[in-house]
Amino acid sequence: MIDSTQSFRFFNRGPSPVVRLVFFAMLSLLLLFVDARYRYLESTRSALSVLLSPIQQLATYPGVLWHQAGNFFITQNAQHALMDENGELRLQHQNDAAQLSQFQALQLENQQIRKLYDLPQRNGFTTQLAEIVYTERDVFQRKVLVHKGASAKVEIGQVVMDDAGIVGQITRVYPGLSEVTLITEKDHAVPVQVLRNGLRTILFGSGDTSQLSLRYMPVGADIQNDDMLVTSGIDGIYPPGIPVAKVIKIERDAAYPFARVTCLPVGGVDKHRHLLILSAMDKLPERPAETAASNGDKRTKSKRKN
Amino acid sequence: MPVISTTPSKSEIQRPVSNLFVLSSLLFALFLNGLPWEGIWLALRPDFVALVLLYWCTHNPWRIGIGLSWTVGILADVADASLFGQHALAYTLLAFGGVVLHRRLQMFDLRQQTIQVFGIFALTYASYALIHWQVNGFVVWQYFLGSLTSTLMWTPLSMMIQAMRHVRMDNDRRHHERRP
Repeated sequence: MIDSTQSFRFFNRGPSPVVRLVFFAMLSLLLLFVDARYRYLESTRSALSVLLSPIQQLATYPGVLWHQAGNFFITQNAQHALMDENGELRLQHQNDAAQLSQFQALQLENQQIRKLYDLPQRNGFTTQLAEIVYTERDVFQRKVLVHKGASAKVEIGQVVMDDAGIVGQITRVYPGLSEVTLITEKDHAVPVQVLRNGLRTILFGSGDTSQLSLRYMPVGADIQNDDMLVTSGIDGIYPPGIPVAKVIKIERDAAYPFARVTCLPVGGVDKHRHLLILSAMDKLPERPAETAASNGDKRTKSKRKN
Repeated sequence: MPVISTTPSKSEIQRPVSNLFVLSSLLFALFLNGLPWEGIWLALRPDFVALVLLYWCTHNPWRIGIGLSWTVGILADVADASLFGQHALAYTLLAFGGVVLHRRLQMFDLRQQTIQVFGIFALTYASYALIHWQVNGFVVWQYFLGSLTSTLMWTPLSMMIQAMRHVRMDNDRRHHERRP
């Protein structure tokens, strides 16, 4: 290297590699800092993503072709399997329909009781179907991109679910795409309630596996295996009462102040191709400013919510 | 010298590669990185963009260097939804390694090159993971498997690009001979 920098320069080849390295490394670090801290660069990102989208579109074709080839063979070979599935689905549908009518009656009753006691009415939500186009691009992240973006009025913070439960939350919106952070993303938090006894807590993703955990559960907390966790609706981002996860393992160790509770998501977090995006919830009234006296308790928990 | 050498034999003069060829190889690498890899395959996926960049940086360092690598890194950041500058920084280091070591690498055969290249990839992957650790506070160790598979892909990839360059050269030559 000394050779190349100190020999006679007949041709001007611009600055030496070291100078370029330092320049571009500083530029990268600056961008990293700005992007990680302030998120100013989202518009640049969406502009560049438009530029890259032909390649990305192209890259999905092998998968789509594979899928179609699979479908082709299903229709050719296993018609009776399909018929079976059809029958099963019909049965399921009848069951669901019966339960749905019961649910509607209960909903009416609930509305009346809420009116009677002057509680705010529960809002319904509408959903729009979105298809997953890209899965996670990075070992570190548990994110997928779906095929509805700002043009379909998707907003940051909307909740994404499948037919069984919560799957994730919209964290970035591009013109024709939006990014869904799955609930299994490291430190992604969902406010939940135990269905059996209404115990409120927060569910966190663990990042590298498709498991979830409840942190800060006292050792004596009333929680059991197979308990169902549903959204509590506190904080007004997640609509209340949607299944999120099921408790599969509880370790109570007297040496630690908290029990270690492991859960599995109910929704097919890594399974489906189609997801439902829920409409944004109505804004709750602004949280009153912290005073010194009420400081503490749940403030830290609700910090990371979008 | 065995057939698999990447250094041009004495008889032929290495002709400059066309910009189109470099660009299309990089776009193809971005395409390969963008295929729907999942689960353990995602961890084992060689970083094709890094491989192609390193090839060009070591074989054509006065044309393809740190600036282009940085630009491609920014595109990779957008494609991967990682932070702006994360891939760019990694590829900058990669290109620097390639440009500085290109003379040494060209003296070696492919087996010896592989060992040298592993160092460069390890540095690239480590810088990416370090940034991620600094920002998000955790590291997935499986990520480093990618540096191994990338290194293993070095030999086939060098041979492939070299072969493609030869084909192009032959085509060009035939073209020129026919014309007069």
